[in-house]
Amino acid sequence: MAENSSEIRYLNPPAIDVKKEKYCRFKKNRIKYIDFKDPDFLLQFVNEQGKLLPRRITGTSLKYQRKVSQAVKRARHLGLMPYVADLLK
Amino acid sequence: MINHYETVFIVTPVLSAEQAKETVEKFKKMLQENEAKIVNEEHWGLKKLAYPIQKKSTGFYQLFQYEAEGDFIAKLELAFKRDERIMRFLTVKLDKHAVEYAKKRIEKRKSSAKAEK
Repeated sequence: MAENSSEIRYLNPPAIDVKKEKYCRFKKNRIKYIDFKDPDFLLQFVNEQGKLLPRRITGTSLKYQRKVSQAVKRARHLGLMPYVADLLK
Repeated sequence: MINHYETVFIVTPVLSAEQAKETVEKFKKMLQENEAKIVNEEHWGLKKLAYPIQKKSTGFYQLFQYEAEGDFIAKLELAFKRDERIMRFLTVKLDKHAVEYAKKRIEKRKSSAKAEK
């Protein structure tokens, strides 16, 4: 009686340790050019303070991460995106 | 060597509407004089800036996409620097992916404009 109460069994196991496979969204949907003119697309690669997200979080490949960072910097130069922000999202 | 370029610049909001238009015309004329072929031209109108530039928080955005000689760009940027009505400008050379993206973007804007009418 005591041991099954301690060993909790779930109907479907909670997905805590299973790693979701990260992929580069630019390679997957074959996006070739990242436009610096539409900030709402670029907001996905920037955290709440307006800083660029690292590759380990977004999972983008090196080639496209450079294009993203260049596009974000150009958008910032043109005032389309802030250099420093709070609760941007 | 003819390259594809795209220039976006911001005109100060202090000007009246026709002064802003006149500034845009000035640069458009300059482009045409130097046999630069204007492929696309967009006016985004008065937009809010993400941070104050020259103590102003809004600006008229204007975009020119054109084909021009390489050495023409230095002259154009000098003119931008000299004109104090321009708050900020950015000239970008377009590679083949960018040109293809721009073409798709033009059609998308045309179809959306048509849909609005």
